[in-house]
Amino acid sequence: MKLYLLPAVAAALAVAGCATTPSPAELDRQAVAVMKSSFRDQGIAKVDRLNQDAGQQACSAPTPPSAEVAKQIEAASLASVKPPASGQYIGDWREGEKLAQNGRGMTWTDPSAEPKDNGANCYNCHQIDKKEISFGTIGPSLWNYGKLRGVRNPADPASAAMVQYTWGKLWNSKAYAACSNMPRFGHLGLLNEQQLRDVMALLLDPRSPVNQ
Amino acid sequence: MRTIVVSVAVALTAGAAFAQQKSAADGIAEYRKMLEDGNPADLFEAKGEELWTQKRGPKGASLQACDLGKGPGVVKGAFVELPRYFADTGRVQDLESRLVTCMEALQGFNGAEIAKTAFGRGEQANVTALATYVAAASRGLRFNLPQAHAEERRSYEIGKRVFFFRGGPYDFSCASCHGEDGKRIRLQDLPNLTKNPGDGVGFAAWPAYRVSNGQMWSMQLRLNDCYRQQRFPYPGFGSEATIAVSTYMGVNAKGAESIAPAIKR
Repeated sequence: MKLYLLPAVAAALAVAGCATTPSPAELDRQAVAVMKSSFRDQGIAKVDRLNQDAGQQACSAPTPPSAEVAKQIEAASLASVKPPASGQYIGDWREGEKLAQNGRGMTWTDPSAEPKDNGANCYNCHQIDKKEISFGTIGPSLWNYGKLRGVRNPADPASAAMVQYTWGKLWNSKAYAACSNMPRFGHLGLLNEQQLRDVMALLLDPRSPVNQ
Repeated sequence: MRTIVVSVAVALTAGAAFAQQKSAADGIAEYRKMLEDGNPADLFEAKGEELWTQKRGPKGASLQACDLGKGPGVVKGAFVELPRYFADTGRVQDLESRLVTCMEALQGFNGAEIAKTAFGRGEQANVTALATYVAAASRGLRFNLPQAHAEERRSYEIGKRVFFFRGGPYDFSCASCHGEDGKRIRLQDLPNLTKNPGDGVGFAAWPAYRVSNGQMWSMQLRLNDCYRQQRFPYPGFGSEATIAVSTYMGVNAKGAESIAPAIKR
């Protein structure tokens, strides 16, 4: 966990100054111990989910990590992105829409951690097809995603950069923003390649309702 | 007449998507307002009051000598000052874990057994009813958690770290959804719990009756389901993380009016 100390807090600690007040670093250690002792396995959700990787740890404070740390996380995340084995980035937007609507997966009440039991959760946080009015606002609107970025034909080499960026964003969102709120769908095996291709189609296929 | 009908219909169609979107939250608020006169939480409150005064458990005692922080038997005002430090247990406790302490000490129930019992079952259902009763006695009062004891301040600091702790397959923390103003998941408004989110919002609304599943939800169950959706493992009932994060939210809500037990979609 990142050490964070606002000037006001530092001043308060200095005034309080008694031996019983743990230092921020000590509180960081205690908080991790509290997390470890407070949870138990249930179904597919095991306590090893609390073992943070470097990125999760660096993004666990009210303030973001330093620019240097953020850059390291982004570089490592970008290096983790695997292009589709088939070389084919675009699937079926109809299947993509179903996945985008599906908010299931990976909870202790879900049957397995297999991609087949996972939705892509997109509408929870994003506007996508404007016809769906029940959308969240944690992420940006994706209405006209491909159209606004000039993708007229995803197979055209002129579209390659945008197609690859979008695949990277879905595979490991932290490649472009170290503390992105978005899950790492490819990197953590939440969706398989075919599912990712279908979500790609929803966003980039000129025939997708998103790009009308 | 026909022309008027047609033009109204056209106007409605054109404006429909936008109006629908804009009024969805208003619609839910209106729906809640309609239900307020008959909040089924009242039934749980009445059951809780009965449980409070009834002689029960292996020791055949009532809970009327239970100290919820303002002295033995004082119910009014206790809810808006919890979690707080209790000298007899030597730790910071929230309402539900404190109720279990009293059930164990005064009535002779097995606290560990209650903590292991699923929500809505057996004595755990009674804890929820008791929590509803205790919360209702502070309706209209403002949150004012004590922070004088070092353990209370430590609980806040730990709770803040628990709130921002990212983990699991989705990289979520509490802050992923509750760290900014004006955000939603689907159509559900999300309170920003890193500060006072306002009267009767967030920590100041639970326990609450949930219309969608017809259940009375305590704060421990509210947190439990948040952690489920956060894709975390299962938080122990009354575990230190759940109490610390409650302290964090409760202290942040200082001055907010309690409307618990509320009614939710």
